[in-house]
Amino acid sequence: MKNSNVIQVDQLTKMFGDFTAVNAITFNVEKGEIFGFLGANGAGKTTAMKMLIGISKPTSGKANVAGFDVFTNAENIKKNIGYMSQKFALYDDLTVKENITFFGGIYGLTRKRIKEKASILIEELGLEEVANKLVGALPLGWKQKLSFSVALLHDPKIVFLDEPTGGVDPITRRQFWEMIYKAANQGTTVFVTTHYMDEAEYCDRVSIMVNGKIEALDTPKKLKEQFNVDNMNDVFLKLARG
Amino acid sequence: MLPIIFVLPILQLVILSNAATFEVRNIKFAYIDNDHTPTSRALVEKFNASTYFEVLTDFPSQAEASSAMLKGEVDVLLNIPQYFERDLQKEKHNNLGVTINAIDGAAAGVENVYVTQIVQRFNQNIKVDLLQISDQQIQPINIETIPLFWYNETLNYKTFMVPGILVLLVTMITLFLSGMNVVREKEIGTLEQINVTPIKKSQFIIGKLFPFWVIGMGLLTVGLILAKVIFNVPMLGSLPLMYLYTSIYILVILGIGLFISNFTDTQQQAMFIAWFFTVIFILMSGLFTPIESMPKWAQTLTEFNPIRYFVEVMRMVMLKGSGFNDILPQLLKTALYAFIMNGLAVWSYKKTN
Repeated sequence: MKNSNVIQVDQLTKMFGDFTAVNAITFNVEKGEIFGFLGANGAGKTTAMKMLIGISKPTSGKANVAGFDVFTNAENIKKNIGYMSQKFALYDDLTVKENITFFGGIYGLTRKRIKEKASILIEELGLEEVANKLVGALPLGWKQKLSFSVALLHDPKIVFLDEPTGGVDPITRRQFWEMIYKAANQGTTVFVTTHYMDEAEYCDRVSIMVNGKIEALDTPKKLKEQFNVDNMNDVFLKLARG
Repeated sequence: MLPIIFVLPILQLVILSNAATFEVRNIKFAYIDNDHTPTSRALVEKFNASTYFEVLTDFPSQAEASSAMLKGEVDVLLNIPQYFERDLQKEKHNNLGVTINAIDGAAAGVENVYVTQIVQRFNQNIKVDLLQISDQQIQPINIETIPLFWYNETLNYKTFMVPGILVLLVTMITLFLSGMNVVREKEIGTLEQINVTPIKKSQFIIGKLFPFWVIGMGLLTVGLILAKVIFNVPMLGSLPLMYLYTSIYILVILGIGLFISNFTDTQQQAMFIAWFFTVIFILMSGLFTPIESMPKWAQTLTEFNPIRYFVEVMRMVMLKGSGFNDILPQLLKTALYAFIMNGLAVWSYKKTN
């Protein structure tokens, strides 16, 4: 089943001076999977993710994302992935439409395609009223949904979401996960980090990072059995407290 | 933001061009007249007639005059000795004491020239008077120089300053805008979003350069119009040539700005570095002080100063009507500079850390 792995990571390590932020992590992610990437603050999740999306050079190890090597072919990876960072990173001083047009343009979508995509996306998100308003004026929940949609604009093979629901209300979180499921159903692989353990339950498989290492990796069900607890929260606490 | 970018420089151009003058005027002039004769009074009257001097007071003693100068109330002090008139008539020769406050050495030099000119003119009148009275045989032999001031016949300092200040404005605005830009995106996080896209480095840099380049050219246009309308600065050379040179020049400045921006992590750092270079570039540009009077090593350094070339070209084209071949050396150096700086800007922009 090797071919169905869209992310293959082998002994991937990142050092900052003497500090090992990510310590020889190894895992695979299958096509169409929702892969939960958990860990306490500072466990190395974001650093690991940045290596996979090609904006941080690994110190050692191997990683292949969407069929391309992170060391030698980072720019090709970028064509095939979408990314939504922890911090809202669309342009606050552009309108909803302008942001969509801008990022669509960068990914090389034709003008016609961008127009189609934009109108579908704005309708789905219910942003018709604010389509020509500056993004900076939108509430956080709306911004996050917009970022996610923009990350999916070019139909990437994999989408990386770094704490997409941080600071978002429960209703919006629910809608957000509906969007994630929809993307996964259409064959997009979803790589997501979160601190909400109820969200971890929605994932197909979950890995838990502690101090730069992956300490557990399995389906939420099996993890609960393995640690003999009845929810992911307790799995996380057992691991993170060591 | 756009109104700020255009309104502030226009204010600067109008204010600085009027205020940043090398002319020494309103010189506070005081004198001690120990002679009290028609001749001494006539001499003082000469100063009174000059528009450069503001004649203040007749001090009774040297001590009082000195303390007034210490307080900064007096710039130039003329000491007319006792028996000034008598000695002049008898010995055809006399000395005047002139004391100049030389804290600003350049101004003091100019003041000295003014005083000397007035005294000389006075001298010639006196000579004629004296000749009529006594010695008929001695013919005065005077060699006079009659200067012709080329390219700025009326020695209007605004004609000289306006092109220079226009250079400053175009430079500062484009340097700061570009210097702050990439680093600002680093701060707000949008740069990371850009870095995970397949955008090419050169595309990114060109995308960053272009809007500022347009703003820079817009500033030049507004500045040239103001120079013509408000200051009536001549535009002897070709306007397209001016634009050609500026279009390349702005690329140099933007390249420097983006290079700074790529190397810094915060807007504060970028601001400090941009200021550092701006101050050096401006003071060593030949705008305020002639490059020829700098020490040799400083002159060599100015070769690396883009503002220097722009000031030269601006003055050459506007005031002398220089053509393409005249500014070719500056044009080539600037083009090379632009090529190097933008190469560095692309190189220093790292999508992967």
